[in-house]
Order: sequence, then structure tokens, then C-alpha cells
Amino acid sequence: MTIPTSSIDQVIPGQGAMAQPEEAKPVKAKRQRFRFVTNAKAATGLVILGVYLLFAVIGPWIAPYDPGARSSQLVAPPSPDHWLGTTHLGQDVLSQLLVGTRGVMVVGLTAGVAATILSVIVGVTAGYLGGGWDDALSALSNVFLVIPALPLIIIVASTFQNAGSTIVALTIGLTSWAWGARVLRAQTLSLRRRDYVEASRASGETTCRIIFFEIMPNLTAIIASGFVGTVIFAVATEITLAFIGIGGISNWNWGEILFWAQSQQALAQGAWWWFVPAGLAIAFLGTALSLINFGIDEFVSPRLRSAGKTKIKTASGHTVRMRVGFTPVLANSAEPHTHARPMPINLNGATPVQRTEEVNP
Amino acid sequence: MRYVLQRIAFYVFTAWAAMTINFFIPRMIPGDPVQALLARFQGQLNSDAIESLYVLFGIDKNSSLWSDYVDYWGQLFRGDLGLSFSAFPSPVSEIIGEALPWTVALVGITTVISFLLGTSLGVLAGWRRGSWVDGLLPVTTFLSSVPYFWLGLLAIFLLAGPDSFFPSSGGYEGGLVPAWDQYFIPSAIQHSLLPALTILISSVSGWILSMRNMMVTVAAEDYITVAHAKGLSERRVALSYAARNALLPNVSGFALSLGFIVGGTLLVEIVFSYPGLGFLLFRAVGAKDYPLMQGIFLIITIAVLVANLIADILYLLLDPRTRKEG
Repeated sequence: MTIPTSSIDQVIPGQGAMAQPEEAKPVKAKRQRFRFVTNAKAATGLVILGVYLLFAVIGPWIAPYDPGARSSQLVAPPSPDHWLGTTHLGQDVLSQLLVGTRGVMVVGLTAGVAATILSVIVGVTAGYLGGGWDDALSALSNVFLVIPALPLIIIVASTFQNAGSTIVALTIGLTSWAWGARVLRAQTLSLRRRDYVEASRASGETTCRIIFFEIMPNLTAIIASGFVGTVIFAVATEITLAFIGIGGISNWNWGEILFWAQSQQALAQGAWWWFVPAGLAIAFLGTALSLINFGIDEFVSPRLRSAGKTKIKTASGHTVRMRVGFTPVLANSAEPHTHARPMPINLNGATPVQRTEEVNP
Repeated sequence: MRYVLQRIAFYVFTAWAAMTINFFIPRMIPGDPVQALLARFQGQLNSDAIESLYVLFGIDKNSSLWSDYVDYWGQLFRGDLGLSFSAFPSPVSEIIGEALPWTVALVGITTVISFLLGTSLGVLAGWRRGSWVDGLLPVTTFLSSVPYFWLGLLAIFLLAGPDSFFPSSGGYEGGLVPAWDQYFIPSAIQHSLLPALTILISSVSGWILSMRNMMVTVAAEDYITVAHAKGLSERRVALSYAARNALLPNVSGFALSLGFIVGGTLLVEIVFSYPGLGFLLFRAVGAKDYPLMQGIFLIITIAVLVANLIADILYLLLDPRTRKEG
């Protein structure tokens, strides 16, 4: 059994059929493989994410100071000695940021992996098996969707006396899988009646094999986008937890930097260097992940791409805006156009289409 | 009607699940948390409170898990959420009752404004795809990646100060007593402007994006082409044909993302020391006040469920197809 390459275009029903005229004929098969990276948004996101991952690995080594070491320069603005200034105890903010990157990335990715595994198990099982399994699992994921996650996570994490980063990561993972499961279930439902799945079922393949080799490859984009989405949520949540004082005390999570900045009156002292860099670091990480997700979305459904140049000047000096879904009709014919007269057929331009059925929306 | 009953049944089930989770969380803690708490609150707890703590954490050796569970429900139905021990001996329900109106007003109003504003901008961005509005998308992406509370910190830093119009913390002027009079109301509004603005800026971009994507999808449907071919005005096609249909998934998305929004706004309250549930939760976490934390979680969950039900009924009014099925 081969998997039809076009199936990814049908991820959102009704889309994709007319959406990608420019990609219908790939120039080379080899190029096709890296098409995702050629998307500008995805590429930007991946590069920024790569920088963060690099700092997560080398951060503690290149940090100029020990992030906890005190010095005599208290709440000092940025200077050649301390590029991002110092805290109320004279600690170097840049070192805290660099050392904190690893903790943030590890917790975010761990929670993302945990939530993705759960969402795949629940979503695909519910969608493929159907019946009572589907009802029970859908109800479960709907319950988790509706219950406000952040208060729940705060309560669970603060219940443990000394919540380390593992507990924080697992708590986030356990409470944030529901959205992915819901999307995966819907997509599996639409895939399980496809011809190639029916054919492999008819040829006696096991349920396990059908799920892993026929269905899962076609869910890759959705799983990836769910994973990225969960990582965004997990990073925001762990930083939030650290900001309100729950979670690891010693790993210099960015939220912790903000926690100290807030509690030691950085705002009143005008110490912008204390809280602005950490916030920007969070925002850029979030933006990078969102960009990757937009890239995946646009890869899956090309219609969402922002159109490049849409205003076109015609030879007669008119400006026409190109839009998906309809053909521009130019007002450059000699006849004045009214609604009453039949449209003259213009061989050089658009051809009017006669529609007899389906007149009503 | 059947649809509404189904939804109500689901929300009742969810409420049951949330309360059951709430029942089991304190029982997951290893060791004897009551002893740890007693050590923290040396001499401040009387024997009644200690007794209720043992019941709360389920280490009451004399009763079974099941009878604990029945007792827990009995308490809930009497509206008894236990006694707070950071503000001992006030009952939790009383403390929450004081904070709830602040949160409901702040979150309710800003969420509705943000939804309406974001949806209309999204209609514009989706309909005029490729125009200048598309340039807003990266900005909104960035803004939605900024944590709510950091934006709040920035807003305080930039806009609030000793001699600024915007107060940096609190819900009303120090000397005032909460009442519906001409002194208190303007002060409350003045104090809520900055938190509201923060929530608005960080939450509006999500609506813009989802509405834009739905508009782009809908704009390629046949009935839009037909509407254009009928010679209807651009405005009418955009609003009555495209936007009306694109709105439906956004309304159901509204219901689902409410939990996230509420989580974010709790943080804004923390940053601004706004006297709502979020700030209360923050203080409860700091004081390890478990009964108060659990009470807040229950109230927030119930509020979100009620808001979801309202969104569902709204959906019913907007989408004639769901009405026909009934």
C-alpha cells in the first residue's frame, strides 16, 4: 500500500482541491522534501528556535558570572561589566537569563512530549475505534478542555511541598493534551473511511498496523502542530508558575527573574533591565514557535498564506485586486456594464460561466 | 431544545469531574501535610481547624474514602467550602464572595470587548487579504506570545507612576468604602483601566487570527461567488454572507478558549494587586491556604462552565442548523 501524496491536502475538508495550482507540479521530487523549510515563516521560526536550543545547551558555560553570586553593584544599569545590569543582590541578569534557558526549554519540551503522546493515544483511539470508546474518550477530552487549566495546574503544583521541574512538566503535560486529542480525533474520523485504509483493512492488516502505518503518517502535520502549540502553552505556564512562586527555586527560570523583579520593586526603581530582557526572551520564543505553527498550517492548507502582491495594474491603467475564489471582471470593454444586459464574451479576458443549478447560497 | 439539554448534561458532568478532581488533589500528597502546616502556623490554628484539615487531606483514619466523599458533597451543597486559614476564622465562601464581583466585571467586560474588536478586525484582515492589514499579523503574533503578566509589568512601568493618571495597584482609592456612589465608581473604573487594557492587548490578537483564517476559508466558497455574481455590494457580501458563516467556529472557539483567558486574567490581577480572584489565589498559594485555593478553583470552574453554556445558547441562536435538529 502506498499512501497517496495528495491526502495531506484534504486535511481540512473542502480545502486544498483548488488551492495550490503552483504546487501541483513539483519540479523535482527532492525539492519537495524541504518545502516546509522554504516557507519564510517556518524558516524564521526554526532559526530562532535553534538559537534558543543552542543557548539551552551552552548557556551555563558561556554565562559570564555565577547567576547566584552577589556583588557590590546593587541594581546597577547595563554596563560593560554587566551587559544587562544587576539585581537587588548584585547578581548578573544576563547570566541568570543564560542559565535559565535550559530549564525553560527542558520543561517546555518535556511537557510538550507528554501531552502529545497522550493526545495521540486518546485522539487516534477515539477516532479509529469509534462507538463507546469514542464517546468516553471524547467526553474525557471535552472535560479537560473546559476546566480552566491554569488554576488547576497552580493547585496541583502547589500541593506538592517542593515541586521540582519534573512535577511541573508532568502536571502541565497531563492537563494540556485535550485540544490536540480533539483535533486528531476529527482527522482520524475522516481518514478511517478513506479507500486506502479500507483496502488495508480488507487485506487483513492488524488494527495496530493500520493505525501506525496507514493513519499516523497522514497525521504528522497535525501532530507536529499540536506539539508546537503545547510547547507554547507549557513554556508560558511554567514561567507563570515560577512568577507566582511555585516550582523550582534554584534553576533561574525566567519567571523567577520576573518574580524577584516584581517583589523587589524593580518597577518603582525604574530598573527596566531587570524585567524587560526576560519578558522579551519569552515573547521571542513564543513568536518563534507560533511562526513554526503558522508554517505548518500554511503547509497543510495553502489558502491561509498571506497573498503576496495582489494589486495588479492592467494595460488600460486599472488596478485590480486579485482574490481567492473569484475572477476579476474588468470594466475596460466599450459597452457600459449593467446587470440587465448579457455580458459580452471577451476572448482575451475572463469567460463568464453559466450556472443553472445551485443558484441559491 | 434537545441540544441545550445535552449541553447542560455535559456541563453538569464536567462540574462533577472538576469537583472530584478537587476532592482527590489533597489526597495525593505524600506524608502528613497537616503536621507540616501545623508547624507553619504554630499556635494559630484551633482544634476545630486542625480537625477540618485532617478531613480535607483525607488522613482521618476513622472514616473511609467513600464516606469522606459523601461528606464532601454534603458540604458543597450547603455552600460550605471550609474555613480559610490565612484569614482564620473567616469561611472561604465569604472571602471569595468579596473578590468575585471584581473578577467578573473585569474579565467579563474585557473579554466581550476583545472578542468583538478582534472579530471585526479579523473580518477586515481576512476579506482584504494582501492589503496593509496583513502587515498587522506578525505584530499580533508577537503580542499574543507576550505573557499577560509581563505586559502588565510593562504597562505599570511605562504608564503608571506617582503622578500619573493610572494607579499602579489596587481596585479603588485607599480611603473609599465599596458602594454604588459617585466617589467609589469613578475610582474603581480608573483603577481597572490599565488591567483591562493589558488583557485587551494580549487577548485580541488570538481572535483576529482565527477570524482571519475562517474568513479566508469562507471567501472561497461557492455562495460567496454567487453573492458577488448577484451584484450585491461588497459590504453586504462581506458582512452578511462571509462574516456570518465565518463567525460560527469563532463562537465555539470562544467557549473553548475561555478557560485560557481566565487563567491569563488571573495573572493580570496579580500584577496589578487587583482585589479579584486571581490576587486572592496568589495570596492563598503564598500562604499555603489549601481550602481557599480549592474554593477558588471550584468557583472559577463553575463560572467558566456557565459562560460556556451562554456561548452555546448564543451559537444556537446564530446557527439555524442546530435549531432544526431539535
